[in-house]
Amino acid sequence: MDQFKDKLLSSFIVFENQLNGQKNKPFHQLRRSAIDTFETKGFPTVRDEEWKYTNLKPLFKKDYNVFHSSEESLEFRDIRRYFLSESDTYKIVFINGFFASWLSSTTHQNYDVCTFSSALEKYQDIIDEYAGTIARNEDSLTALNTSFAREGAFIHIPDGKVVDRPIEIIFFTTDGDNNTFIQPRNLVVVGQNSQCNIVERHQSLGNQHTVSNCVTEVLAKKGAQVTYHKIQNDAPNASLIDSTTVKQEKDSTVTLHTFSFGGKLTRNNLEFDLVEPGAQANLYGISILNDYQLVDNHTVVNHISPHCESNELYKGIFDDHARGVFNGKVHVFPHAQKTNAFQENNNLLLTDTASIDTKPQLEIYADDVKCSHGCTIGQLDEDALFYLRQRGIPHKEAQALLMFAFTTDALRGLKIGELKNKLNRLIARKLSVNIDFDL
Amino acid sequence: MLKIKNLHARIDEVEILKGINLEIKAGEVHAIMGPNGSGKSTLSSVIAGREDYEITEGSIEFSGEDIMELSPEERAHMGLFLSFQYPVEIPGVSVTNFLKTAINESRKGRGLEPMPAKDMLKKMREKMAMLEMDKSFMSRAINEGFSGGEKKRNEIFQMAMLEPKLAILDETDSGLDIDALRVVASGVNKLRNENNAILVITHYQRLLDHIIPDKVHVLQGGKIVRSGDKNLALELESKGYDWLKHEPAI
Ligand SMILES: Nc1ncnc2c1ncn2[C@@H]1O[C@H](COP(=O)(O)OP(=O)(O)OP(=O)(O)O)[C@@H](O)[C@H]1O
Ligand SMILES: [Mg+2]
Repeated sequence: MDQFKDKLLSSFIVFENQLNGQKNKPFHQLRRSAIDTFETKGFPTVRDEEWKYTNLKPLFKKDYNVFHSSEESLEFRDIRRYFLSESDTYKIVFINGFFASWLSSTTHQNYDVCTFSSALEKYQDIIDEYAGTIARNEDSLTALNTSFAREGAFIHIPDGKVVDRPIEIIFFTTDGDNNTFIQPRNLVVVGQNSQCNIVERHQSLGNQHTVSNCVTEVLAKKGAQVTYHKIQNDAPNASLIDSTTVKQEKDSTVTLHTFSFGGKLTRNNLEFDLVEPGAQANLYGISILNDYQLVDNHTVVNHISPHCESNELYKGIFDDHARGVFNGKVHVFPHAQKTNAFQENNNLLLTDTASIDTKPQLEIYADDVKCSHGCTIGQLDEDALFYLRQRGIPHKEAQALLMFAFTTDALRGLKIGELKNKLNRLIARKLSVNIDFDL
Repeated sequence: MLKIKNLHARIDEVEILKGINLEIKAGEVHAIMGPNGSGKSTLSSVIAGREDYEITEGSIEFSGEDIMELSPEERAHMGLFLSFQYPVEIPGVSVTNFLKTAINESRKGRGLEPMPAKDMLKKMREKMAMLEMDKSFMSRAINEGFSGGEKKRNEIFQMAMLEPKLAILDETDSGLDIDALRVVASGVNKLRNENNAILVITHYQRLLDHIIPDKVHVLQGGKIVRSGDKNLALELESKGYDWLKHEPAI
């Protein structure tokens, strides 16, 4: 770990020298103080309460390339399957951290769907106003991302606009001779009463190890409606540390779906700040894991303002030696009266060697609130299994159907047809069956 | 169609079935009656292939084949259907999708192509109409929140969709009101022909007034202690099971 940390610290100097004029912009001050934070704190270890169950050491013991060369040989038809649609979506696509314009479909017409790097050049006022104001700068991995922040997705929707199609953000990494470390940085600002749907994916196409340390900031202004889907089905050699922070103003609704089906290690840090009345946050997660996969969902919902609502439902299915962690914190601030906070985490363990550590944490400092939480760990219902098999549904398919059924509560409300089809296929493939789940 | 010889089965070290002999031919309706806990549901589960039971002796043949080693789904694909005494609620799986999967997996098991969606829908509508079921059931989760009677009706709806060779109806009548009993029984009768057979498990004569059995068996203490024609059921209704104890078993 220390070796890679040192490499990152010295890489920062190289990186800084590549920035040219950007070095004098206010955003760079953020990078500077962020690298100091990272230098002081370093990578989190299992001694850190928030990282008790997920050990990053094996991951960062390895060496990774921090600088990459751009790769231009990928063609759309070879990676078509990772997209929802060929033509009916906006696309912001990166390969090894570089923007891939020929695979992308951006816009500046009624709203901006483009890259963070171009925003740094062209929309400095927006960057200065929002970038780094939502993320948790004191967190060492967020700080690490901030210090190298230059590329990622930039979505800016002015007031009163409904984005006419889903926005797909995909980060590819390709085979090099070395392991790859990338740090995408996304900023999403959705104006008053505006609406947009986003789908994000990280996909390693090579055989080497990949680690993405991704940071996303989302601001939903008054009355905005945002749906954000994270599809995590990466290759067995790919790991993801995702830190997404959402700030919600009055009467906004943000729904965030996390679908974790693949990857070696996935850590989701998801944090919501409900800062004005009427904000509603929905957090839905589905993890279906096998082999030695690990998904660690750390969520925090900060009810800062009164009259806000949060609904959180995470479902996990763990096979083989797969491991899950769920740590859900609901923090109701003093004065945040009439808070409505619901949290539930349900898990199925299919083997004796699979495991889940689940911990709800309620910190409530207001008295007129409605909060509920619960967690369950169980197995597949044998009676239901026999019932399905008696009707001619083979064992594996019957299991798959029951597992799918177990997750459906957390799938409700999906609106994008192509996404539903994609998820149906992903779940079927994950469960090695060929059936229609009627999603 | 079904030939059971000297069947012994146990669960958790407890012997429940203690030497069952039963033969059902195509076109026949048999009824099994017997006191609570005598092993009726156990027998139907064992025939359907539930793996929790250990078969210690005997054999089961279905359609001329030894099915003892076959999985529940393989038996279902051969045309075996069990209407459960307690149908299982499965939240999250709609009746329609469940049946679509069941029918197409059964067809696949028999080497047939999937049924076209249009035909499936048409058949569902027909069978629902036959059983006087509301269309709204199609989109509901299987048995979830169904009343006792609705569950039983839904079992027969599934039977109608799957068109089994042998249907075992385990207390399908319990939970049905008088009108529902008539509708369900007439549904079952419409499905009868010379190539299939039905095994009815019941406590009451009233179902047998509608579905008239060729043979009636009394199961007691894990054994068939008496067999006869439909009059045996009437006799049981008036005398209870106790009188059998005083009669020599056949
Ligand atoms: N796991 C088990 N361990 C021990 N005994 C069991 C087990 N499962 C079932 N039994 C017993 O087996 C016997 C037969 O049960 P079964 O359900 O077959 O009866 P039944 O004839 O269908 O009764 P009913 O008319 O009430 O439906 C009962 O006495 C029951 O308690
Ligand atoms: Mg019974």
